[in-house]
Amino acid sequence: MNPVNYVYLAALLFTIGAAGVLIRRNAIVVFMCVELMLNACNLAFVTFARMHGGLDGQIVAFFTMVVAAAEVVVGLAIIVSVFRTRHSASVDDANLMKL
Amino acid sequence: MNSLLGLLIAAPLLGAAVLLLGGRFVDRVAPVLGSALAGLSFVLGAILFSNLLGKPASGRAIDSDLFTWMHVGTFKADAAFHLDQLSMTFVLLITGVGTLIHIYSIGYMAHDEKRRKFFGYLNLFLAAMLILVLADNYLLLYVGWEGVGLASYLLIGFWQHKPSAATAAKKAFLVNRVGDIGLAVAVFLMFTTFGTFTFQGILHPSVVSSAGQGKATALGLVLLLAACGKSAQVPLQSWLGDAMEGPTPVSALIHAATMVTAGVYLITRSSAIFNAAPTAQLAVVCVGAVTLLFGAIVGCAKDDIKKALAGSTMSQIGYMILAAGLGPIGYVFAIMHLVTHGFFKAGLFLGAGSIMHAREDEVDMRKYGGLWKKMPWTFATFGLGYLAIIGFPGLSGFFSKDKIIEAAFAKGGTEGWILGGAALLGAAITAYYMSRIMVMTFFGKPRYTTKAEGGTSPEAHESPAVMVAPMVVLAVGSVFAGGFFSLGSRFLHWLEPVTGHSEGHSPVSTGVLTAATIVLMLLGMGLAWFQYGMREVPAAAPRSIWPVRLARRDLGQDDFNHAVFVRGGTRFADGLAEFDAKGVDGAVRGVAGAVGGGSSRLRKLQNGYVRSYAFSMFGGAVLIVAATLFMRAV
Amino acid sequence: MSFPLLTVTAAVPAAGAVITGALPAARRGAAKATAMGFALATLVLAAVVTGRFRPGGAQYQLTESHSWIPAFGVRYQLGVDGIAVVLVLLTAVLLPVVMLASWHDADLPAEGPKDKRRPAGAFFGLMLAIEAMVIIAFEATDVFLFYIFFEAMLIPMYFLIGGFGQKYEGRRAAVGDSADESSVRRSRAAVKFLLYNLLGGLVMLAAVVALYVNAHSFSVPALQNAHLSTTAERLIFLGFMFAFAVKAPLWPLHTWLPGAMGESTAGTAVLITAVVDKVGTFAMLRFCLQLFPGASAWATPVVLVLAVISILYGAILAVVQKDIKRLIAYASISHFGFIILGIFALNSRGQSGATLYMVNHGISTAALMLIAGFLISRRGSALIADFGGVQKVAPILAGTFLVAGLATLSLPGLAPFTSEFLVLLGAFEHTPAIGVAAVVGIVFAALYVLVLYQRTMTGPVKDGVTALKDLKVREIAVVAPLMALLLFLGVYPQPVLNVVNPSVGHTMSALHKQDPKPTHPVAEAINGGSR
Repeated sequence: MNPVNYVYLAALLFTIGAAGVLIRRNAIVVFMCVELMLNACNLAFVTFARMHGGLDGQIVAFFTMVVAAAEVVVGLAIIVSVFRTRHSASVDDANLMKL
Repeated sequence: MNSLLGLLIAAPLLGAAVLLLGGRFVDRVAPVLGSALAGLSFVLGAILFSNLLGKPASGRAIDSDLFTWMHVGTFKADAAFHLDQLSMTFVLLITGVGTLIHIYSIGYMAHDEKRRKFFGYLNLFLAAMLILVLADNYLLLYVGWEGVGLASYLLIGFWQHKPSAATAAKKAFLVNRVGDIGLAVAVFLMFTTFGTFTFQGILHPSVVSSAGQGKATALGLVLLLAACGKSAQVPLQSWLGDAMEGPTPVSALIHAATMVTAGVYLITRSSAIFNAAPTAQLAVVCVGAVTLLFGAIVGCAKDDIKKALAGSTMSQIGYMILAAGLGPIGYVFAIMHLVTHGFFKAGLFLGAGSIMHAREDEVDMRKYGGLWKKMPWTFATFGLGYLAIIGFPGLSGFFSKDKIIEAAFAKGGTEGWILGGAALLGAAITAYYMSRIMVMTFFGKPRYTTKAEGGTSPEAHESPAVMVAPMVVLAVGSVFAGGFFSLGSRFLHWLEPVTGHSEGHSPVSTGVLTAATIVLMLLGMGLAWFQYGMREVPAAAPRSIWPVRLARRDLGQDDFNHAVFVRGGTRFADGLAEFDAKGVDGAVRGVAGAVGGGSSRLRKLQNGYVRSYAFSMFGGAVLIVAATLFMRAV
Repeated sequence: MSFPLLTVTAAVPAAGAVITGALPAARRGAAKATAMGFALATLVLAAVVTGRFRPGGAQYQLTESHSWIPAFGVRYQLGVDGIAVVLVLLTAVLLPVVMLASWHDADLPAEGPKDKRRPAGAFFGLMLAIEAMVIIAFEATDVFLFYIFFEAMLIPMYFLIGGFGQKYEGRRAAVGDSADESSVRRSRAAVKFLLYNLLGGLVMLAAVVALYVNAHSFSVPALQNAHLSTTAERLIFLGFMFAFAVKAPLWPLHTWLPGAMGESTAGTAVLITAVVDKVGTFAMLRFCLQLFPGASAWATPVVLVLAVISILYGAILAVVQKDIKRLIAYASISHFGFIILGIFALNSRGQSGATLYMVNHGISTAALMLIAGFLISRRGSALIADFGGVQKVAPILAGTFLVAGLATLSLPGLAPFTSEFLVLLGAFEHTPAIGVAAVVGIVFAALYVLVLYQRTMTGPVKDGVTALKDLKVREIAVVAPLMALLLFLGVYPQPVLNVVNPSVGHTMSALHKQDPKPTHPVAEAINGGSR
C-alpha cells in the first residue's frame, strides 16, 4: 500500500482536530481534539520515517507521546479544578487572562 | 605715576568692597569713609594733573598696563589704562563733583538706615566711571560702561520698597542694555576688521580710512547707538525721567553730571572713526538736535522739579552730542559744555535736593513758592546755577553754549542753518523752562500751609552746612568755570592734542549771534515771568491744549514704548510660551500619545478567550505555511 | 606602571556612593558625613589631576589603557585634555557645594506622613554616583566606554528627580497644589527626562555601532586618523549630535529640562544643568568636532541657527515663567545656546569661550539655583507671585541673589561675561549676522533676571514673606565660595584659558581650520605712520 495514503489520513485527522479546537466549547472535547492533532502528527512522523527509511521520525513520535501524556495529566487537572470552582466546562466562560 | 593711576581707581573700589561686605561693623564710619576715599581719589587725580601739566603738550599721557585679562590666539584684551588730556578732564570732573556729592550726602542721607550701602554704591559708581574714562581699549571701556549702568541701577532702585523705584531701576538698566548691544558689536567689528580694539591701535586716521568708509560708518552708527543708551538721547531717552526715583544726590552725580555724559565721551574719544564717516556724523547731529528740543519741551511741562531738571539734562546733553557730531570744530566745545554743565546741573540738583530735604520730599513745584526767604543759601546757589544754564552773559553756560551754537552755524549750508536754528531755539526754551522752575519755586507766595498754620507741610528751613558747602563750591564753578576756560582759549589748547580742532566759519558774525542768543534768552525769561510770576500758580495743573498735555506725558514716549514693546512683547512672549507647551512639547507628547494609543488598541486583541487565541495561532500557522510554499514556488 | 590617577579620581566617588548607600538608614548623620568626605577627597584628587596636567604638552595626558572587550576592540582607555581637566575640576568643586546646600533636603518627607523618612544615604549616594559617572565620561578616550557612562548616568539621575522633591521648611503655601499632585508631576518629569535621553542614547548607539563597522576602532586618538566616507561621516555625526543635543539641550529638544529642574530639589537641578548637561556640550567638542570635522563643518549653518534660536527662545520664555525654578531652567536653555554657538563657531575664540562658558555657567547657575532653593524652601512655594519685598527681611539672601542674577545676565566683572564675550566674538567672526542676532540675547537676559529680582525681592513685603529668615551660616558657606569664584574668574579668567587654549588648538588642527584674519590689520595701515 502506498504510504502516502497515511499522510492523507494524518492531514484529515489533523484538520478534524483543528476544527474541533476552534469550534467546540466544551473543554474536554477541545482537549481531546488537541490529542487528535497530536496523534495526527505522530502518524505523519511515523509515515515519513518509513518513507525516508530513517528512525528519526519514530523517535520523535515517542517524544510526542510522552509530551502528550504529560499534557493530559496537567490539562485534565486544570480542567477539573476550573469545573469545580466555576461549575462549567465551557472555554468561553473563562477569560481571566485578558489584559 | 603709573601706579598712581591704578590707585586712583583702587581707592573707591576698596571703599565699595569694604562698605558693601563690611556688614554692620562699618555702619557708623560709612559716610566718612566713603567720602574720604572719594576725596583721596580726587587728590590723586590732582597730583596726576599737575604731573601732566609739567610735560610738553604733545607728550601728555600716562599708560599703565596692569595684567592680561583674556588671551586667546591673536585675541588679547588687557586691563590697561591710558591717561591723556581728555580722560584727565573727566577724572577731575568725576572725582571732584563726586567728592562734593559724597559730602552733601552725609547730610542728605543722615537719617537713612541703609546709608552704608548708599555710600558703597556711590563708591562703586566712581570706580566704574573711572574705569570707563581711563580704559585704553574699547573692551575695558565696556566694563566701565556696564559698571556705571549697574551702579545707576542700584542707586535708582535704592529705595527698593517703593515699586516705582524698582521699576524705574529695571527700565534704566534695560534701555541701557539696548545701547550696550551697540558697543559690543562695535568691539566685534573692530576686532574682525583691525585685529585689535585698543585706542592706540585704531584711533588713527590712516587706520580707520584703510578699512573704507562703509566700515567706518557702521562703526560710527553702532557707537552712536551705545551713546544714545547711556546719554538718554532719542530714541533711547525714556529712562532718564524715571531715573529721578533715586535719591537726589544720585540724580546730581550720575544722571546729570557724569554718567549720562559718557556718550559724549565715547563719541569724542572715537573722533578718528567719526571724522572718517560723514554719514555717521550726520546721524549724530540729528540725534543731538532732536534731543535738545525734545528734552527742552518736556522740561517745560513738568511740575515735578526733578523731572523738569531731567528734561533739561537731556536737552543739554543734546547740545553736547550735537557739538561732538560737528567734528573737529565741535569736540572741544562739547567737552567744555560737559564740564560747565557738570558744575551747574549738579548744583541745581543739589539745590532741588536741599528743597526736598526741607519739605519732606515734596517734589511738586505747584506746592512750592516764596522759598527764597526761608532758604537763602539754597536760593543763592540755585539762582547762580540758573543764570549759568540759561547762558547769562559772563557765567559758565554763556561761554560754552554760545560756542556750540556758533559751531552749529559754522557747519555751513542748509545743514548749518537748521542745526544753528535748533540750537538757538533750544536756548530760548531753556531760558523759559528754567525761569519757570525758578519762579514757581522761589518767588510768589508760599502755596502750602505749614503745620503751625494748621496745614500738613513742615516749615521750610535751610539745610545744614555739610549740604550747603558743596552747593556753594558748585555755584562758584558755575559762575567762573566758563570764563576761566575761555580765557586765552586755554581749554582749547589743553584738549586740542587729543581731539584735534579746526576753526569753523560761521555765516553769521559772532556778535550778531551773541546778541540773538541774549535776546532769545530774555524773551524766554520774560514769557516765564509773565505766565508764572505775574499770575497766581494754580495748585493743580490746569487742563491745557493738546501739545501741553502731550509734553506732560513726555511727548508720548512711554505710551509708545508701552504699546509697542511692553504690550506687544508680552503678547509675543505669551504666544511663544503657548507654542512651547502646545507646539514643541505637544509634538513630543503627541508621539508619546500615538504610541500609547496604538498599544491600547493592540491590547484589545488579548481578550482572554482560549478559542480566539487558538484561532490566531491557526491563522499564523496557515500564513507561515502559505508563505513558505510561496517562496518555494518562486 | 604609573599610578592610575584618573581611574582613582572616578573610583573614589563611586566607592563613596556604594558605602554611603549601604549605611543603615537610621544613621543619617554618618551617611552625610561619609558622602561629604568622599566628595572632598574627589576634589583633592581633581586638584591633583589639574596640577599634574601640563598645558601645551601632549593632547591627552595621564593616559591609561587596558584591553577590555578585545572582540570588539573596546578598551578601558582614559586620558584628559585641557577641556576635560577644567570640567572634571568644575564637577569636583560643585559636588561638595551642592551637598552642603542639600544637607537637609533628604531629612523630612516633603509630603506625606512624617514617619516615612527619606533615606539620606540614598540621596547622597546617588549624587556621588552621578559624580563618578560624569568624571569618567569626561576622562574616557574610548567611544564605547564613554557611551556606557553617558547612558548609565541617567539611572541615578532618574531616581534623584523622581524620588526626591523640593523640601519645604515652612508650611506649604496654599497654591492649590496638593502633595499628591506634585508627586505625580515629579514622577512624570522624571519619566520624561529618562525617555528623552534614552531616545537620544538609542540613536547614538546606532551611530556607535556604525562607527565601529566603518572604522574598526573605538579609540578616539585612532579614530582621528580614520577615513570615513562622506555619507557615513555625516550620518554618524548626526547620530552623535542628536544625543548630545538632547542632553545639552538644544532647541527644539529642550522640553524635558524645565520639568526636570522645576520638579526636583534645587541641588538636583544644579546637578542636571551644571554637571550632567555639560557632558553633552563637552562631547560635542571632543567627539563631533574632532572625529567628524568634515561633517561638523557641513552641519555648522544649521546648528548655529538652532543655537541662536535657543538663545532667544529660552530667554524670552524665561521672562514669562511663573515659577522661579522653571525660569532658571529656561535661562539655562538660553545659556546652552551660547555654549553651542561658541563650539560651532569653529574658531578658537568660540571654542575657548564655550569651554570657559561651561565652567562659568556651572558656577553662576549653581549660585542662582541654590539661593533660589533656600528662598523656596523658606516660603513653601516656588511661584514668583508668592514673593515680594524679600530684600527688606532678608538682605543677605537678596544681595547674593542679585549678584548671582547679575552673573547670569553676564555683567562685566563677573565670570560669565568673559566667556559670553568670547563666544559672541567667535560667532561674529564666523558670520556677523549670527553674532549680532545672538547679542540681542543679552537684553532679554537682563529682562528675565531683573524682572525676577524685582518681583521677588523689591516692593512692599508680602504677607507670607514677613517672617522669612536670612541666610544661615551653612548657607553662607555654600554661597561664599561660588561668589568668590564668580568674581575671581570675572577679573582673571586667564588661568582657565591657559589650560584650555592648547587643547582648542588641537581641535582646530583636527578641523583643518585657522582663525579668520582681520580684514584690515592695523600693522599694515600705520606702516611708516606718524604714531
